[in-house]
This record gives sequence, structure tokens and C-alpha cells, in this order.
Amino acid sequence: MAPTSQSGCALLEMRGIAKAFRGVQALDDAQLTVRRGSIHALMGENGAGKSTLIKALAGIYALDAGSIRVEGIIVRPQSPRDAEAQGISTVFQEINLIPTLSVADNILLGRQPLRWGFIRQSECHRRAEAALKRIGLSIDVRKALNQYSLAVQQLVAIARALDVDARLLVLDEPTSSLDEREVASLFEVLRELKRRGLGILLVTHFLDQVYAISDTITVLRNGRWVGEFETASFPRAHLVGAMLGREIHDTPSAAPKTAVETAGEAKPPLLELRGLGKAGMLRAMDLRLRAGEVHGLAGLLGSGRTETAHLIFGVAHPDSGALLWRGVERSPFGSPREAMRHGLAFCSEDRKAEGILPRLSVRENLVLAMQANRGGLRLISRKEQAALADHYIQALKIKTPSAETPIQNLSGGNQQKVLLARWLSLSPQVILLDEPTRGIDVGAKAEVEKLIRSLRDQGMAVLLISSDLEEIVRTCERLSVMRDRRKIAELSGAEVQVSSILRAMSRHDE
Amino acid sequence: MSKPSPIRSGSRAGSLLWPAIGLVALLAGNLVFSPGFFHLEIRDGHVYGTLIDILNQGTRVMLLSLGMTLVIATGGVDLSVGSVMAVAGAVAASMVVRGSAPFGVVIAASLAVSALAGLLNGCLVVYARIQPIVATLILMVAGRGAAMLVADGQILTFEHPGFVFLGNGHFLGMPFTLTLAALALGATAWATRRTALGLFLESIGDNERAARFCGVETSRVKLFVYAFSGVCAGLAGLVAASNIKAADSSRAGEMLELDAILAVVVGGTTLTGGRFSLIGSMLGALIIQTLTTTLYNWGLPPAVAPVPKAIVILSVCLMQSPQFRERLSFARPQPKGSA
Repeated sequence: MAPTSQSGCALLEMRGIAKAFRGVQALDDAQLTVRRGSIHALMGENGAGKSTLIKALAGIYALDAGSIRVEGIIVRPQSPRDAEAQGISTVFQEINLIPTLSVADNILLGRQPLRWGFIRQSECHRRAEAALKRIGLSIDVRKALNQYSLAVQQLVAIARALDVDARLLVLDEPTSSLDEREVASLFEVLRELKRRGLGILLVTHFLDQVYAISDTITVLRNGRWVGEFETASFPRAHLVGAMLGREIHDTPSAAPKTAVETAGEAKPPLLELRGLGKAGMLRAMDLRLRAGEVHGLAGLLGSGRTETAHLIFGVAHPDSGALLWRGVERSPFGSPREAMRHGLAFCSEDRKAEGILPRLSVRENLVLAMQANRGGLRLISRKEQAALADHYIQALKIKTPSAETPIQNLSGGNQQKVLLARWLSLSPQVILLDEPTRGIDVGAKAEVEKLIRSLRDQGMAVLLISSDLEEIVRTCERLSVMRDRRKIAELSGAEVQVSSILRAMSRHDE
Repeated sequence: MSKPSPIRSGSRAGSLLWPAIGLVALLAGNLVFSPGFFHLEIRDGHVYGTLIDILNQGTRVMLLSLGMTLVIATGGVDLSVGSVMAVAGAVAASMVVRGSAPFGVVIAASLAVSALAGLLNGCLVVYARIQPIVATLILMVAGRGAAMLVADGQILTFEHPGFVFLGNGHFLGMPFTLTLAALALGATAWATRRTALGLFLESIGDNERAARFCGVETSRVKLFVYAFSGVCAGLAGLVAASNIKAADSSRAGEMLELDAILAVVVGGTTLTGGRFSLIGSMLGALIIQTLTTTLYNWGLPPAVAPVPKAIVILSVCLMQSPQFRERLSFARPQPKGSA
């Protein structure tokens, strides 16, 4: 293991990396190797620990354990500035540039050439132009950054990162806001940098792009290292399987479904989408949700699952296609309230931003949707509220000191149960559940799944969005598979198996 | 020794403790240092005294802080209330001076104009998505000009008995303004706690996106609170004009928006929104007025008065912070459960 400077020595070696946040183990014995003159993709689903790993590399987080070696020498970056001094430059997903400053200022901010304490503007411009030329971009560096497209801004961020004599360039989701043409030109720049011997670490969730550009792949799952693979000899299905923790050859965990649900075909769907979509968000999508049926929505992160729910629930507004409610075409719901009034409920995946009201009590969090649905004037009496809260605290086994405890004091699983109770109390006809079991412990997860099945038995139509394929297979009669913001397959009956979902998810475009 | 009470962070009662202590401390200080502070006297069936003066003088900030509390609960702020006071006073005074309309119509018209002004703020915040502090700054600046326009650039004096009664009359032996403030407080408390408005406001202030996902009509609720704040400012403007029997567009309500915001903050409602306490804001308004009156009684020049005022307010605000109290108890270990 002795570091040598021969050609086999990796540019970056991270070994035994561990990091915990308030008791949650974000990284546990993770490792990563990037070689000179190669592009390495870091893959993993939400919560896999990708961003923690690169933030540790950039000196934003201090590690609990593990070592970082750059060309064999141990480094401990204390800040992004310090990491840059070690040759590690990171471009984060939210481009951290200042839109109203000039391109030149953005590239050189914090290290402008000075004379008598004043910035030498002409020298600045010259250096900025040189930095941009290195990645083949020639633009007016005196213009404000926000005058240029996002793709150019991304390139400027890369130019800034390279201007510090970087040996390793870390790119966090660099393509998430770029269109296909822009992605292609970005990749050209990356290939050129690679030819010059730079090591590039690419974090992305776009499978096609990983296969288009990377040489090697490291997969993380739940903070642990799954493996390192040669991209060329690693089939997509295996990659998807590694990310989700499933082997492609696994036998289906659930017994093959019988054809009982074909009877459901006769019933008209409660809610039907016909080519519903929105430019840049979701390609035209067909979907039928029937009473007494759990419909799964499977797909990787960013595949358009949540977007589908948003378009149905009136959070976002579709620009094409039609929505049928109980077989009658109508305009899509304009707001959550309108959707609720028709008997829809939507439990968001983003518990913190779209779910809880952190400082309000469990009781208030629980009754808010019901109260909003009733309108402001007809207050649900304090007594009814308390009864409702107590009922659900018992029914869903919510662990809380009292109904008056602020919800932020509860654990994630219990917060999730309160949010589920919020929507169940409305007795909706259609309920959209976006990752209802993410981040909650195994016991709570089993309870939530049981709950979903009981909702189906009560005659609700359930749309279950989940990254956990086994969960989908266990609970759904029918499912749609999403990829790259469109629906690519619908499976039902005996086809509802993990292996067929994986096959559909990783199938190469014709 | 009292039984250990469960942690009640976020409960309303807990947040009232420190403003109440602040007010009591101020009164206690006056008991020692200002002879005659608590002296009450009955003349012609009316009660007079410094305490009554404080209540009477504090009415304007109390009225303003009612509306301000609701606006701040949504995470906004209303800087225009002082100017809306001037507008309301100018509208009422100009109508009274002309003497064409019955007094009921005058009041109604003046409050309607105030509500419209508030609604304008609301539209800027909700539809134009301007930050509340900027949106209401617009009317803060423009409102005073509008008031001047209404009053033709004059200080309009009046002798209308009904209007004069509003700010100077007595009811049940006490200044009528107290009845007015009590009614306004009662109506606001009823509207927020007997309907779901209070819950909606706190949910918007706590997490607006989540509230919208729950079906709360956030736009409508916000429009309402800005309009309501306008009405409260209008009432305060009528009282202020009545007090001096004149509508002085350039001075009426000057700087009072800041007192109202202070009253709300001292009362335990945070500027980031969420939990609010109307009673807390009333206590805050009284603290401010008691301070002003006390310093005046002590003969402090008005130009210096803001300094001690700032110190008292800062200490009340600091004492409300659990982190600060924790530090204090670190510095000076205190026996637990001594209360």
C-alpha cells in the first residue's frame, strides 16, 4: 500500500471514509479512487452519501475516520480554499458564482491580481480570457455572468475551478440544467481535459451520460461502498441493480400475482391521464388509477416520478394532454386545494420543505389539511382536533410525548406517520404517496406498507412512488416504470417483479 | 418545590412570561422611584392618573400592533401603517370639515380607504412577489403624500363632537380609547382563534409551501392580513387625529410603525413568522408606552429618551431567547426549582 509515484499510483485515493450527522451514518467505510487522465463517475441513489463524500473532499465536512491521499500524499482539506491549494477543485450543483458580477470577476474572485491594493482590471481580463481559452470558450469577460446561458455559466465555473492549477476536478451534477446540445459541448471540454491528464470526478444520476463519458464507476449505497467498475464492461442493468441493492438475476421476492386484478380492468379508472405533460418536466404520460388498486411508479431519481404527482395534484400546471376524473374529461387541477376538494391527497417526498410545519404541534400538523379543506370559517373544535390527533397517534403508533409536542422534536418516521395521518383524515379517494417510507426505520416501514394495503382494501386508489423496488413489488398490482422524465413501461399481474422492473429501467433506447 | 413542568417550547403561555416580567419590573421601578405614579383620582366621574394616561396613550400602538402581529405571523411586515394613519385621519377630517356626510359614513369611508391601502400592500406582496419590507415601504413613502393631497397640504382642524369623543371622550369612567382597544383586541382574538385563521397564519409563517400543499389558500390569507393591518392603522389614525382635534398629515403616526413592530417582537412573536401572540403584542405596546411616559416623567429630554428605551427592549428580547438564558445560567449557577 506504500504510495509510489509510478504510473499505477492513483491521483486520488479515499479509504475507510466515515462521517455521521447527529447519529445518522452518512458514510461508513466508503472508498473512492480517481486516476490521472480518466473520468470517474460516482453513482448512487438519494442518501447514498455522494454529496457527503465530495463535500468531505472539498474540505466542507471534517471526516470522522478515513484518509484522503492525493498522488500518494495524505491531505486533510480544511476548507474549499485549502482543497484547491491541494489541487482539488469542486464545482457544486448550485453553481456558486455571483450572477451580477462580470465573468472575469467570477473566475478570479478572491485572487485578483493587485497593485497598491487595487485590482488590476486589464490583467484580470487577460487572465480570465486565458482561463476560458483553456476550455475552448471565447466570450466577453467584462459582461455580467447572468447575461450568458446556464451552459456557459457552467463552463465559467469549470474555468474558475481549473484556474487554480487543479489536478482533480469534481463536478456535482453539472448537466442537470443543460439541454442535450449543451451537454455535448460540456463533454467535449471534459474529454479535452482528460487528454491533458486531469482526473475528473463526475457525480450525476443520468445513466446515459455516465455511459457516454466515464471510464470507471464507483457505486455507493446507504453510505457504503458497493464497488468500482469499468464502465465499458458493466451492463446498465447491473449498475441499476448495484445502486438499488438488487441483483438482476434475483428471483422475484413476491409470489407471482394471479390474474385477479384483470377484473379491475372493467371498472373505469377514478383518475386517468391522457398524454399529460409539461415541457422540460414530464413527457406526455398515460396513467390510470383505479379504485381499490395500488399503482406503483418506479424509476431512478430524477426520472419524473415526483413531477407526475405534482402535475396531478395541481402543484405544477401541465401544458399538454388531458385529465379524466371519474371518466369525464376536465381541466387539470389548478391548485392543491382544488385537487383536495375532488378527493385527492398528496403526501410529498420532501418532508422538510413540503410536509411538516416544524414548530407547530403534532395536532396542528395533523388537522391542517382537513381544516383547509373545510375552509377557514368552520373551525374544527379543539376537542375534535384532540380526539383526531389521539386517534391517529394510537392507530399509527406515532411515538410522541403528546399531541402538543412540536413536530420537529419527533423522529423522521414518526413525522412521516403524522403526515400520512394528515392525508388519511381526509378520507381521500385517490392518494398519491411519494416515497412514504424513505428514511424511516424497518418497523415503521412495514407498518406504512400494511397501511397502504388497507387503504386499497377500503377502495382507495393509491399511487405509490418508491425507489424501493421490493416495496413496490410487495404492494402494487400494477406499476409504471419511468426513465428520463417519461413513462417507458407499464407492468401488471405476473410481470410485477423486481427483475422485470430492472430490465425496463435499464433497457437501452432503440 | 414545584413539580417539574414538561418542556413547552412553542406553547403560547411560555412566551408571555418575559414581556410580563418586563412590564412588572417597569411598574415596580416606578413604584420606588416615581412618587405619585400609581396615584388615581376621580374627577367628574372620570378616573385620572399616570396609569390611565399610559393606557390611553398606548392605544394607538396597541391598535397598530394587532394588525402587525398577524402580518408578522405570516413572515411579512407592514411598514406603511404610520402613513395609513395619516391617510385615515386626513380622509375623516376633510369629510368632517366639509360636513356633508353623517359621522358613521365618515368613519366607514376612512376605514375603507385604509383597508384598500392595506390591500394594495397585499397585492404587491402576493401577486407582484415583492418582499414585504419593500412593498410596504412604497406605501410608507407614498401614503404620506396621498394624505397631504387629501388634506390639500393643510393641517385640518375640527370641532365635530363625535370625532372629538373618539380620542378624548370617556366611557364607564375610563377613556373611550380603552373600550375601543379592548373591542379591537376581542374581535381580532375571536377572528384568529375561533376560526381557523390563526392556524392558517401560523402554518404560512412556519412553512408556506407545506401550507399550500395542505390546501391553505395562502394568497387569500395574506391579502386579508395586509388589508386587516390597514384597517387597524385606520382606526389608530382616527384616534390620533381625534386626540389633537386635527389631521396633521406630516406628523400623524410618524415612526409609529417602528413602535408597532417593536411591540410585536417584544411580545414574543418572531419576525420570521409562525407562532404569534396577540396578548404578547399588547404587553409589548404597554411596555413601550410605560417607558415613554416614565422617561417623560423623569424629565429626560425627548432626544435622549430612545437610549434607555432601546436598552429595556433589548433586554426583554434577549431574555426571550432560550440560548441567552442558558448562557446566563452558565455564568451564574443558579439552584434549580427555586421558584
